[in-house]
Amino acid sequence: MSTVVLLSVTGLGLGALYFLVASGLSLIFGLMDVLNFAHGALLSIGAYATWWAASHSFGYPLALLFGTAVGTLASVALELGLIRPLYRRPREQVLATVGVGLAVPALLSAIWGADARTFPVPASLGGTFTLLGATVPVDRLVLIGAALVVLLALKAFLGRTRHGLVVRAGVEDRAMVTALGIDVRRAFTLVFAIGGAAAALAGGLAGLYFGSVDPTQGSSLLIFGFVVVVMGGLGSVSGAAVACVVVGLVQQFANYYSTAGLGDLSVVVLLAALLLVRPSGLTGRLA
Amino acid sequence: MNVPALLRPLRRWWPALALVVLVLLPYSALSLPGLLDGPIGSPGSLQLLALCLVFGALATGYDLLLGRTGLLSFGHALYFAAGTYATDLLLTQTGLGFWPSAALGLLAGVVLAALLGSVSLRMTGIGFAMVTLAFAQAGSILVERDPGGVTGGEEGLAATGLPGWLVGIQHTANLYWIALAYLVVTLAAVQWAVRSPIGRVWEGIRENERRVEVLGLRPYGFKLVAFVLAGTLAALGGVVYLLLTGGATPQATTSDFTLSLLVMVVLGGSGSRWGPLVGGVLYTWAQHRLASLAGSGTIAGLPSVLRVPLSQPLFLLGVLFVVIVYALPGGVAGLPARLRGRGAQA
Repeated sequence: MSTVVLLSVTGLGLGALYFLVASGLSLIFGLMDVLNFAHGALLSIGAYATWWAASHSFGYPLALLFGTAVGTLASVALELGLIRPLYRRPREQVLATVGVGLAVPALLSAIWGADARTFPVPASLGGTFTLLGATVPVDRLVLIGAALVVLLALKAFLGRTRHGLVVRAGVEDRAMVTALGIDVRRAFTLVFAIGGAAAALAGGLAGLYFGSVDPTQGSSLLIFGFVVVVMGGLGSVSGAAVACVVVGLVQQFANYYSTAGLGDLSVVVLLAALLLVRPSGLTGRLA
Repeated sequence: MNVPALLRPLRRWWPALALVVLVLLPYSALSLPGLLDGPIGSPGSLQLLALCLVFGALATGYDLLLGRTGLLSFGHALYFAAGTYATDLLLTQTGLGFWPSAALGLLAGVVLAALLGSVSLRMTGIGFAMVTLAFAQAGSILVERDPGGVTGGEEGLAATGLPGWLVGIQHTANLYWIALAYLVVTLAAVQWAVRSPIGRVWEGIRENERRVEVLGLRPYGFKLVAFVLAGTLAALGGVVYLLLTGGATPQATTSDFTLSLLVMVVLGGSGSRWGPLVGGVLYTWAQHRLASLAGSGTIAGLPSVLRVPLSQPLFLLGVLFVVIVYALPGGVAGLPARLRGRGAQA
C-alpha cells in the first residue's frame, strides 16, 4: 500500500512537470499553429537561472521567481525577435524554433559544462512526510501544488478575462477574430509569455525534483510534453491536465513494476493505442 | 540560352562527370589546405568525405518526406538507427555473416517504417510530427537503457565479424566507395520515385492534400509509400554508417540526429534535386571542421565572450540555421536563382 501511495504521488509530481510544459505548448500551438521546439530551451533557461540564483544565496522561492522571470523574458524576446517577422509562414516559424532549441542547450553547456550541476535543495523542501503509511518527499507536493495553481490561474485567465476570451476565440478561429477587428498578434506575445513562464517554472521545479540541472533536461521533458499535448488534444489546456496525470502515473508504475525504462516505452505505446482508437486525442479536438 | 555551344553538353552530363571524379578521388594526392587536413587520398580525408556523402544521401532520403510530400517527420533517426543496431546486433549476437546481417538489418528498418508509419500517418500536420518524435524517442530510450546488456547503452556497440576488406585504416577507400554507391542508389531511387506517377501524387499532397482527396485518391496509401521508401533508404544508410564508424552509437538514435537531418535539408534547399545533398555535405564537413577548430589553439587564445560560444559546433550550427531560415528560404540550392533574379531586377 505504501509503495502504491509513494508511486502515485511521484507520478503526479512528474505529471505536474509535464503539465507545466504542455500547457504552454498547447496554447501556443492552438493559437498560432507553431510547434515550439524552443520550449525545452526555455525550460533549461529557467532551470539554470533558478540554479544560479539559488547557489548565490537567494532563498529558493526568490530564486524560483527569478528563474521564471528570466524564462518569461526569454520567451517574449523569442516571439518578438524571431517568430513575429515570420508570421504567415508557420513552417519557417517551426524551423526557427528548432534552431533556437539546438543553440540554447549548446550555449548552456559551453558556459556551465555538459555535466549535471547539483541543485541546492533547501532543507525545508528536502525532507519527507508520512502519508497513509508511505514516506513521501515534500518536493512532490510542491510540484503538484504549483501545477494546480497554474491550472486554476490559466482557467481563470481564459474563462474570466477579456484577453483570455481573445485567446480562446483565436484558438477556435483565428481568421474570424481578425475579421472582427481584434489584433490577434498581441495575444501571440501574451501566450508566448504565459507559455515561457510555465516552462521556466517547470525548469526551476525540475531542478528540485531531479536534484540537479543539466543542458539536456529541457529536450527530454519536451518530448513527454509533446506526448501529453497530442494525447490531450492540441490546443486544449484541460485535455493536457488529464493527459499529464495519465502519462505521469503510467510511467511511474510501469517503471517500478517492470524493468526501468519500460515506463517511458509504455507511455508511447499508450499514445499509439489512443491514436488508433481516437486520432484526435482525448478531448476530441482536431488538429 | 547564352551558354556557349561547347558547354552545352556539360550541362547535361555534369553529374556523370562529377561521379567519375568522385570515384577516382582515393587515387588523388592533391591536398586542399583549410578544407581537409591531409591529402584527399589519405585515410582521414577519405573517412570525412565518406561521412559527408552518407549524410548527403541521408538528407536526400529525408527530403522525400519533407520537401517532396510535405510530411514533417521528427523520427527519421529511428529507421537509420534500426539499420545500424539491427545489423550490429545480428553480427555480435548471432554470428551470422555480414551480408545476411545487413540484409536482415535493412529488412528490420523496412518493417519498422511500415508498422510505425501506418500508425503515425493517422495524424496529419504537426500531430504527425509529434507522434513520429515520440516513437523515435521510445527507440532512443530502449537503446540507452540497454535491455539485457545487448545494445551497450551509452557506450555504443562495436561491430565484430566484419569481412577483412572492410576493416582497418588501409581499407578506407573501400568504405568510401561503398558510401559513394549508397549516395548513387539514394539519388537514383529518389529521382525515379519523384518522376513516377506516385511522385506526382506526392507533389499534389504537398501542395493541397484536400484536393487530392477530392480527385478520388486516398493520400494515406501514397504517404505510407513515401514513408516506407524514406525509412528503407535511412536503414540502408544506417548499415553503411555502421561500416564507416565500425560500430553503433546511441547518438544516432536521438531526436537531435533527426533535427540535424532537418537542418541539412533546409540548409541545402528542400524539395530540390541537389539541395539536400549539398546541405548534408556542407553540414557534416562544417561540424567536423568546427570541432577540430574548437580544439585548436586559434580559439583558445580568444577572449571568453567569443571563445565560449565558438567552442560549441551545435551552437554555431543552430544560429546558422536560424539565419538560413530568415535570409535564404530556398537554401544554398536556391542561391543561383536568387542571384540571377536580383541581377535581372537591377
